[in-house]
Amino acid sequence: MALITVKDLSLGYEKTVVASGINFTVKEGDYFCIVGENGSGKTTLMKTLLGLKAPISGQIIRGDVLERNEIGYLPQQTEVQKDFPASVKEIVLSGCQGRCGRRPFYSKAEKALAAQQMERMGITPLASRCYSELSGGQQQRVLLARALCATRKVLLLDEPVSGLDPEATEHMYELIKQLNDEGVTIIMISHDITSVKKYASRIMILGGDAA
Amino acid sequence: MIDKLTLYLQFPFVQYALIVGVLIALCSSLLGVTLVLKRFSFIGDGLSHVAFGAMSIAAVLELSNNMLIVLPVTVLSAVLLLRTGKNAKIKGDAMIAMISVGALAFGYLLMNIFSTSSNLTGDVCSTLFGSTSILTLTQAEVWVCIALSVAVVVIFVLFYNRIFAVTFDEDFARAAGTRVDLYNLLIAVVIAVIIVLAMNLVGSLLISALVIFPALSAMRIFKSFRSVTVFSACASVLCALTGLLVSILAGTPVGSTIVAADVVFFGLCWMIGKVKGGVRV
Repeated sequence: MALITVKDLSLGYEKTVVASGINFTVKEGDYFCIVGENGSGKTTLMKTLLGLKAPISGQIIRGDVLERNEIGYLPQQTEVQKDFPASVKEIVLSGCQGRCGRRPFYSKAEKALAAQQMERMGITPLASRCYSELSGGQQQRVLLARALCATRKVLLLDEPVSGLDPEATEHMYELIKQLNDEGVTIIMISHDITSVKKYASRIMILGGDAA
Repeated sequence: MIDKLTLYLQFPFVQYALIVGVLIALCSSLLGVTLVLKRFSFIGDGLSHVAFGAMSIAAVLELSNNMLIVLPVTVLSAVLLLRTGKNAKIKGDAMIAMISVGALAFGYLLMNIFSTSSNLTGDVCSTLFGSTSILTLTQAEVWVCIALSVAVVVIFVLFYNRIFAVTFDEDFARAAGTRVDLYNLLIAVVIAVIIVLAMNLVGSLLISALVIFPALSAMRIFKSFRSVTVFSACASVLCALTGLLVSILAGTPVGSTIVAADVVFFGLCWMIGKVKGGVRV
């Protein structure tokens, strides 16, 4: 079943078109990779898919099963996060935000969900550690756990292995593969085509056609 | 010394000063953590200068209640400053610097040209450094301050989780359906209210200290958002109390004494952090 259908999409900033003529469909259970050079519009595409940015033209059609806030997002690290005093638990729990609606505080069920996702990512022992003191790989697992709190169906990963050492990179790919096997649809952007070939079920080269 | 203190504490104006001082310290430190982490440390400085400008307009117009003009102008500037965001033509810090010195210059200019007071330098000095205003509060002003402080604390507690999410990762929060712009707006409005309140306490030049020092002190030692927030609130109240009491006993200017206490406290926390190995900025 199609979760997201993209038809003739053009994207960019204000009037500058970064990429155009993008067509693809993401189905449930896919491991879909978007590969492209720096500046080819990968991150812009990701933001447009998430609804953070309006497309210049074209359409993004969401399947019936997919609500706006049911996409888990793993963004690239920001400058702010490097010295942010926050515990792992606080960050993972913040992934439940979309579930809160008008409720100001997290429910017991949401706290349990956060604990469960930390267990799933193997970061339970780090729960009260400070995020900024963790290794790159550990930080990515924290953000992955947070994204999993926001979704059961689709994860959007923006360069999930950038800045990781080879061992952590391999571990990260294994973890994503494992999630995909458990039924989570993966949409990943990357500039490293050799690694993604090994795992992805479908690859799209940005500026080229869907393979 | 204790006798002297108990004697002073019987005066209503001293009691008012203590109540207002503690409340303002509490409120300013709560949002300080968010502002420091969002790289908006200087917004307090900029806004307080805007408030100074607005206050001089009020003085020139001889308004009986200058809050009527100072509060809306400051809130508006806060919204404008926080909205400019990353893609503006003039970057955030330059924008703040521009508005801040601009407002300061126009404020003083207006006061100078249209001055109705015989002691202009004194007026300007007390607005900038809050030298005596905290000790001349009326009962009505104290109630306004209490009401606004309670509102700030309630808003902060209710939106604590959202403020955290928006501060830590705007894009993720937006993708998860949180109305990020609304909360940024809320933060801007609340910080403007706090700054207008704090002008009475430390004057417009020293407000930034109240906002950023407690947060930075807490970040030396603590590692989670909650503990940093709680500790900075406690630290801020403690420093404000210490500063107020010292200034009452020693006759030093209130605002600068409180800020000095904050600076000393930061030094202490920095040393503890060095020994313990806390989070570094």
